[in-house]
Amino acid sequence: MWIYEKKLQYPVQVDTCNPTLAAMILEQFGGGDGELGAAIRYLTQRYVMPTKEAKGILTDIGTEELAHWEMVGTIVWKLVEKAPLSKIKGTPFESHFASHGRSPFPHDASGVPWTATFIQSKEDPIANLYENMAAEQKARATYEALIKLSDDPGVTDTLKFLREREVVHFQRFGETLRIVEEYNDHKKVY
Amino acid sequence: MSPNQMKMLKELMEISFCLLDITLFLDTHPNDEKALRLHNTFALQCQELEKQYSMEYGPIKSTSLSKYPWEYINEPWPWEIDYPKC
Repeated sequence: MWIYEKKLQYPVQVDTCNPTLAAMILEQFGGGDGELGAAIRYLTQRYVMPTKEAKGILTDIGTEELAHWEMVGTIVWKLVEKAPLSKIKGTPFESHFASHGRSPFPHDASGVPWTATFIQSKEDPIANLYENMAAEQKARATYEALIKLSDDPGVTDTLKFLREREVVHFQRFGETLRIVEEYNDHKKVY
Repeated sequence: MSPNQMKMLKELMEISFCLLDITLFLDTHPNDEKALRLHNTFALQCQELEKQYSMEYGPIKSTSLSKYPWEYINEPWPWEIDYPKC
């Protein structure tokens, strides 16, 4: 089970009113390599993991991804919270506004809604761990694209933090892969 | 949010993050004694700071003790806080 803690993992400071940037940041709120997908992917894959280390890391990284999802939603909200219609019209956020107004919604930067087809869960733990390592790299690359697009210093600072976490998770999944491979090799020795 | 509350909240966020990061490390290095000692140090600091913060500014978990009326729902919620520059 989970218990909510009334704090963000890292402060989200936003310096501008910027609906265009908000529309781009939504990529990590509901996109294919975004935080929601990451959380659901890891928390779904836990059941088939054969070692205690793998069960632990998927639980804890999956939980951290939910905290990142909250941070990304906070960035989006702060970028549009006080935006007047005149600053929304004509921006890429306008099509989001037509349905959701200023509320965040889990779709990607081009408006494709989040779907479980973004993720995979196999009974094979090796296949899952390789998918997760790839997912972390794709998320890192997405954050690098968003950092290039960001003209808000506060948002850039938060994006850099989130990018760094992808690197750490990739490292931990690599270690987990090695542990599970060793477990599988050991199993075959009679 | 008062400057003092912000200062305490940021300290709590910092130490919670240290605790979380060392937790991920321990998940894949359960026999690293030095890391485990660091984890336990962070865990104690985190508990202590959360206790101090909650007594001063209200609970951050719904499972904590509350004064009357129910304090947990008090604003600001995390997405409503104006964080100063890091």
